[in-house]
Amino acid sequence: MNFPYSKEVLEHFKNPHNVGKMEDPDGKGLEGSAACGDMVAVYLKVNPDSLVIEDISFESYGCASNIATASIITDLAKGKTLDEAKKITWKQASEALGGLPAVKAHCSVLAVEGLRSAIRDYEEKHGMVVEKEPTDEEVVRRRLKHVMNPIKGLDIIRTELVMKIVVNEGNIRVVLDLPSHHQFAAAIKEDIIEKLEALWDVESVTVDFIS
Amino acid sequence: MFDKTVYLDNAASTRLDERVLEAMNPYFFDTYAVATSEFGYSMGIDAKEGLERSRKVIASALGANANEVVFTSGSTESSNMAIKGVLSALKGKKDDHIIVSRMEDFSVLNTAKMLEKQGYKVDFISVDSEGIVDLEMLKAAITPQTALVSIQHANQEIGTLQDIKAIADICKEKEVLLHTDATHSFTRVPLDVDQIPVDLVTVSAHTIHGPRGVGALYIREGTPINKWMDGGFQEFDRRAGIENIPGAVGFATAVELVTPEENEQLKAMRDRIIERVQAEISSVTLNGSATSRLPQNANLTFHYVEGESITLHLDMMGFAVSTGSACFSRSLEASHVILGIGGDHERAHGSLRFSFGRFNTMEDADSIIDALKEVVVNLRAISPLSADE
Repeated sequence: MNFPYSKEVLEHFKNPHNVGKMEDPDGKGLEGSAACGDMVAVYLKVNPDSLVIEDISFESYGCASNIATASIITDLAKGKTLDEAKKITWKQASEALGGLPAVKAHCSVLAVEGLRSAIRDYEEKHGMVVEKEPTDEEVVRRRLKHVMNPIKGLDIIRTELVMKIVVNEGNIRVVLDLPSHHQFAAAIKEDIIEKLEALWDVESVTVDFIS
Repeated sequence: MFDKTVYLDNAASTRLDERVLEAMNPYFFDTYAVATSEFGYSMGIDAKEGLERSRKVIASALGANANEVVFTSGSTESSNMAIKGVLSALKGKKDDHIIVSRMEDFSVLNTAKMLEKQGYKVDFISVDSEGIVDLEMLKAAITPQTALVSIQHANQEIGTLQDIKAIADICKEKEVLLHTDATHSFTRVPLDVDQIPVDLVTVSAHTIHGPRGVGALYIREGTPINKWMDGGFQEFDRRAGIENIPGAVGFATAVELVTPEENEQLKAMRDRIIERVQAEISSVTLNGSATSRLPQNANLTFHYVEGESITLHLDMMGFAVSTGSACFSRSLEASHVILGIGGDHERAHGSLRFSFGRFNTMEDADSIIDALKEVVVNLRAISPLSADE
């Protein structure tokens, strides 16, 4: 048998931990990507005094790496404080899974975002978030660190795929160092648009290619 | 675990039939010379005979004359040759416009897109929700400058059969050349060029238990077409390169082995999947036409679940099938075919293609349905989507 995933990924995929919808969660995050089509929902029960995640569960409409990452990330977050859980990275999840295929990174990063957005949801509901930050180039850059470059399995900022970012009164233009007919051009473009459109003060997103 | 793989991805490629290998063998070890002219040495003359006998078999399966069939390295080459060869021959006459459907295989679609980048005008004809080409749109798109129309006979993914007679009649009336990619329908669904005025037809061996790397292009006599690879004078000076005689012989044998009874058996397995899945699993959509359909293809969307997750579970249970999900594809893009019939990402995401071949049995069809019932229920149990949302 020759499967495209590590033994750990297959095990979590076959028997995922912490699955299912939670009734009356204290925090809830739903992240989805139109490019890949995957969705992850993460639910939290948080101890209000210690801010420790006492229970966590997820639901996934996604591929194997998405399901396996959601399973491991919920394992990693359980019992941690919100601040500790926030710092769990995709890389840690990937390592705990014995590695994920580079091309699948963008599906699995969703699980990490699902956890962070559930934490943010809790913090917003409990008045722990200061006021909304206006979108500037730095915010866009930070957000684009969550868009994966499937060629390398690392984000598009770190792999220097982003040549230019222009932010003009809620209108964002991103230029990529990639020809428009590249195999992954359409998928990356959709992913970028989805990540940036979600920002509260963004009106339009344009993605251009070098040729 | 399981003893053997139940292979239901015959549209991608098929297992070679032993009888094909047997027929090819002498052309590797005994009659291995290149095809020579009738004034060459004996082994070369024998090789040439093997090649020409094979050509007759392919021609006869299409209702064509032998001199209208050119062997190639497969469908991709055949379709490239048809489109680029015709455009080159019509250069300066009718050369700036071609028409293709949105459902074509990449060998036609990406050829058309590349030509568009080079300055050709390309119209992409839409299809309806079953994948059937809009004939009115086709009629309206043809102009005096149209060099070629290329519309497939059967779809590779959802199995929809086009009314190729109606398409050919339109093209004939408007005096435009028509190419059709018949890779998936060849020998499974009749296509007689004597009855249907199509000018170029792409066919391939590997979809009918023949060898990979061999196909053919039917070119109606009198069709303007140039060589698109330069080299020797093989194949009536239309396709340069040493002939793949073992491949041609294997292709011909594969064609001869297909019977009407076999096609009926494929159809019965296809119908079993379509009927049982729709009856026994909720929230399932049939992709493609219920009536105008390849006998060997079933394509169904299992809503609220993702295709790669289903195929991986099935793989672990011993079944090989493919999906139109973006997560499964090399480009991470959802199937252009499912999107082309008006489906959204979700429909492509949960779509599975079951394609049958000679070595499948009704038991295979029943066992994958049983496996699907388990897998789909389990994946839906962890999905945030459901019928009531």
